[in-house]
Amino acid sequence: MAKITFITQDNIPVTVEGESGSVMALAVDNNIAGIDGDCGGVCSCATCHVHVAKDQFSLVGEASEIEKDMLELDDSTDDYSRLCCQIDITDELDGLVLTVAG
Amino acid sequence: MKKHLSPDPFKNTRATSGCAHMDDQNDPVTMILRLKDVRKTAHNWKTFQSGATPGRIVIPSEVKIRDTRQIPFEVDPPLHGSFRALLDPWFKRPLEADYKAKLSTQIKALVENVLKADKVETVAEFSLCLQSHALTLLLNTDGSEADTWIGWGTHVFRSEHDPLDGNKAALLYDYIDAQIKSAAINPRHDLYSVLLAAQVDGKKLTFDEIKGIMILTFAGGRDTVINAVTNTIAYFAENPESLVRLRNEPEIIGRAIEELIRYFAPLTQMGRVATEDTQVCEHAIAADSRVSLCWASANRDESVFESPDEVILDRKLNPHVSFGFSHHNCLGATHARQIMRILIDTLIEKVSSIDILDCEENIETLGEFSRKVGFHRLNVKFNPR
Ligand code: HEM
Ligand code: FES
Repeated sequence: MAKITFITQDNIPVTVEGESGSVMALAVDNNIAGIDGDCGGVCSCATCHVHVAKDQFSLVGEASEIEKDMLELDDSTDDYSRLCCQIDITDELDGLVLTVAG
Repeated sequence: MKKHLSPDPFKNTRATSGCAHMDDQNDPVTMILRLKDVRKTAHNWKTFQSGATPGRIVIPSEVKIRDTRQIPFEVDPPLHGSFRALLDPWFKRPLEADYKAKLSTQIKALVENVLKADKVETVAEFSLCLQSHALTLLLNTDGSEADTWIGWGTHVFRSEHDPLDGNKAALLYDYIDAQIKSAAINPRHDLYSVLLAAQVDGKKLTFDEIKGIMILTFAGGRDTVINAVTNTIAYFAENPESLVRLRNEPEIIGRAIEELIRYFAPLTQMGRVATEDTQVCEHAIAADSRVSLCWASANRDESVFESPDEVILDRKLNPHVSFGFSHHNCLGATHARQIMRILIDTLIEKVSSIDILDCEENIETLGEFSRKVGFHRLNVKFNPR
C-alpha cells in the first residue's frame, strides 16, 4: 500500500492510495486532472507526465531510453520528469509527491 | 502469405538512408522513415509547418481539388492550440459511460447481424457501417444520418481510380454546407451547433472555419477507422487463438489495441512544408519543399521496437506514432480507441472464429515503395460462439 500525492495544475494536492498497477492507472481511476493516460500505459502518448519531488527521485529511478526519448520532445520536461505509466506502485513509493506537468 | 499481414516495405531504406524521395504531381516529397526523426520533425512546427497552402501537406496533394483549410490540421501554433482547446473536450466524450453504452449497442447489433449471413464483405458491409454509425455519436447527430453516409460508399473523397477527381468530394461539401446552414437556423445539440455558438480567441468562427473542421472530422475518421477495423477482422480470422487469449486475459486488451494500431498504421504518412533550408538525418531539405512523416515506417523501427514485424498483443513498451505525435496528434484517437475496445469486447463475447473467403488488397504506391494499407474487398464468414 502506498499513499501518493498529486499536485495538479491549480496547485491542489490530492492524496490517493494504491496497491499495485501503474501510477498512471491510479491517477486516472481517481480523476487526477492533467493525467489522461490516453494510450493506456504503453509509453506512446505522454499524457501521463509528472515531475517527481527532487529529493524523492531515487525512489522512482531513471526513465528507460524509450521513455527518455518521449520526454525529450515535451516542452515542460525537466531533470525530474517521468511518464507515470512507467512507474509501478510498490510499498516503497509511500509518501511520494508528484506534480502534474502542464 | 497470410492475408492479414502488413509487410514493411521501408525496412532497408530506413536502415541505410533514413529518408526516401517520392514524386507527387511535380511537388516532390522527402519521406522521413526513422521514429526519432519523425517525432522531432512533427514537434518542430516552426521549421516544418502544417499551415501551408490547403491540401499541400496531404500526399497525394489535394491543392488542385480544394481551397478549404482543414482545421485544426492545417493550422500552426499558437492558433492551432486555441482550436484544440475548443475541440478537445468534445472529442473526449467517447470516455463517457453513456457514449460507451450507445456505441456498444450499435456494435453488438452489427455483429449479431453479420453472424446471420453466409458471406459478409467486411469493408462495405461491416467497417463502413460501423464507422458511420459511430460517427453519429461523435457528432451527436441523428442516428439516421448514418444511412446517408453509408450510401456515399467507401470512396466519397476520391474516385477509386483517379485520386485527383475533385467532383467526388463535392457531395460531401454540399452536404456539410447544408447541415451548417440548417443548424444555424434551428440550433441543435450536435457538433455543428456547438461550433456555431463557439468562440476562438474571442471571435466567433467563420462559416469556412466551421466547414474546415467538419470536413476534417468526416475525412480524417473515415478511411483510417475502416482500415483499422478491416485489418483487425483479418487478423482475428487468421489468429483465432488471439480471440481466445483476449477472452481469458481481458486485462491486456488495452495493449492489444495499441499493438494492432501500431502494426497496421491505418494512416501511412502525412506531410509538412519546410519554412527554411534545413536538414533531416543529414539530408538537405530546401525551403518550401515537402517532407513526410512516415508513421508506418517509424512504427517498424528496429532500433526501438523488438521484433517490429510481429504482432505481440501484450507489447508493454509501444511508443508508436499511428496517431501522430506532438501538436497535431489525432483528435479522433479517443473515439477510435473506444471503437476498437468495444469491437474486441463484442467479438470475444459473440464470435468463435472468422473465415476469410476471398480478398483484394489495397496497396498504396509511394515512389519506390508499395505498402498494403488494408483491403478493397474482404469477404468473410463470421461464426457464432
Ligand atoms: C485508427 C484511426 C485513426 C488513425 C490511425 C488516425 C491517424 C491520425 C494521424 C497520424 C494524425 C496526425 C496528422 C498530422 O500530424 O498531420 C491525425 C490527426 C487528426 N485526426 Fe486522426 N486518425 C484516426 C481516427 C480519427 C477519427 C475517428 C477522427 C475524427 C472523426 C480523426 C480526426 C483527426 C483530426 C481532426 C486530426 C488533426 C488534429 C490536429 O491537427 O490537431 N482521426 N490522425
Ligand atoms: S499513458 Fe501514454 S505514455 Fe503514459
